[in-house]
Amino acid sequence: MNESLAIRARELTRTFGAFTAVDHITFDVRAGEVFGFLGANGAGKTTAIRMLTGLLAPSGGEAVVAGHDIRTESEAVKRDIGYMSQRFSLYDDLTVRENIQLYGGIYDLPPAEIRARMRRMLDRLGLQRSESALVRSLPLGWKQKLAFSVALLHEPRIVFLDEPTGGVDPITRRQFWELIYEAAHAGTTVFVTTHYMDEAEYCDRISIMVAGRIGALGTPHELKAQFGAASLDDVFVRLARPERAAGAAGAPGEPLAPRGATP
Amino acid sequence: MSATPAASPADAVVAEGLVKRFGSTTALDGMSFQVHAGELFGFIGADGAGKTTLFRILATLLVPDAGTARVLGYDVVSDLWALRQRIGYMPGRFALYPDLSVEENLRFFASVFGTTIAREYAQIAPIYSQLEPFKRRRAAALSGGMKQKLALSCALVHRPDILFLDEPTTGVDAVSRREFWDLLAHLRAGGLTIIVSTPYMDEASRCDRVALVQRGGILAIDTPAAIAASFGRPLFAVRGSDRYGTLRAIREYPNTGSVYPFGEVLHFTDARAATPPAGAARELESYLASRGLAAAVTPTEPTIEDTFIARLSAAQPEQAA
Repeated sequence: MNESLAIRARELTRTFGAFTAVDHITFDVRAGEVFGFLGANGAGKTTAIRMLTGLLAPSGGEAVVAGHDIRTESEAVKRDIGYMSQRFSLYDDLTVRENIQLYGGIYDLPPAEIRARMRRMLDRLGLQRSESALVRSLPLGWKQKLAFSVALLHEPRIVFLDEPTGGVDPITRRQFWELIYEAAHAGTTVFVTTHYMDEAEYCDRISIMVAGRIGALGTPHELKAQFGAASLDDVFVRLARPERAAGAAGAPGEPLAPRGATP
Repeated sequence: MSATPAASPADAVVAEGLVKRFGSTTALDGMSFQVHAGELFGFIGADGAGKTTLFRILATLLVPDAGTARVLGYDVVSDLWALRQRIGYMPGRFALYPDLSVEENLRFFASVFGTTIAREYAQIAPIYSQLEPFKRRRAAALSGGMKQKLALSCALVHRPDILFLDEPTTGVDAVSRREFWDLLAHLRAGGLTIIVSTPYMDEASRCDRVALVQRGGILAIDTPAAIAASFGRPLFAVRGSDRYGTLRAIREYPNTGSVYPFGEVLHFTDARAATPPAGAARELESYLASRGLAAAVTPTEPTIEDTFIARLSAAQPEQAA
């Protein structure tokens, strides 16, 4: 196993009946990389992530995630990855400490180890005095930082983040990206999914799924250059709706030709 | 109900000192602003900044604790029944009937306002025609982008003079998001006043004017270009191979005014106002080189997000970037 790769996917495929949701995707994610995984609704992103996190068996191809084969070692995959979704990672009705204990327990960490890691985490976040506070009472920005740290509690090799900085103010958002960079710097691979291209700009490399395949992969800078686009948003729209970018207004199912929509 | 307001007021919304508290939380802390008739106006701020409370007050669904607001010349408290006929409101959460079909939802909203789909078809056609192929589908079974178009159709079916859209693009993919903004531009071109809220800075450029909101107050209000230009200091983009190491090194640089990640690069301001930009850039480059970091420092145009960060830092020094 190549230790410098956090994810190695080869011809990974998933079909549902006659429908191919993920169609032979091949890509690598390096250890310590901040990797953005993008795609329009229905492009196959969710299916791909469910396979990469050991929740869904592939129909074909293979992938090694955190050193484990997703087909034969899906339980080991789940143990060695972390996951944070924007809204549902922590329990609002539990205290900060209870959330951490619950999470540490799920990953079978010994109680003394949970206490030690909790102490370090709260010190680093400046949340020592909020240990007994209900999570619901914390400002959104703090909740997100805490959720991210909790997702790293069991020291996973890869952490999956779903729209990690949605809805927060621009300063909190940057503090969050610094936490992400810090984790990546320490060797944790960060796998980010998002609908927001300005969020994708913070990733080292991004891939954009289109109709079950990887339509583009590279650094944000490379993709903008490759598509001659001013922003990642333009790259995304061109990939997802080529007929629109070509200026074919009034295509079937899209009868409106809005003003100012010239290419 | 009070006297009939002027037929075409220059200001579609006039808010003066709006205050709203929920228990010990101050959601709106004395907010004042005007929105001109025919404008596409954006309120930009984080979750919890007060956007939804403001929209509920303007849509006559919530009474302010202090201050006044007039929408289309009507007071939002004393003239609410007259005003409700003339506003369209699309709440942030999908608020249609999931078990009713697309057509049934729209018919219901039309009937509430004493009209029919047929009578209002011209108004909603640009949006509704995209949904018509699915008109018998249950609303719950629509994609995010289609739900949003249905909600917009329902908010427009009584031909309002002003439209309030609370975070219409949250959770919608980039393609649908762009289509939605194109629709808003189209409606605005037809003369409708549109007030929209969003947590996303990149949507500001689609608005005629925007207000940056934080903690129930307005940090800035102007055209997107003017807000960006009001940054008022030389701003630099720092591009290096080790972004995190470079960020940490610049934090320790004695001349740093501010530094923060901005997409692929770092944004930096020099604390010394008098230093010419070319000199400041070269000095930072040589400082980074002395720390073993290869980075290119180039002047860059401030964006609305840079201004937002600067104003937030000034308003909340403990949060400074």
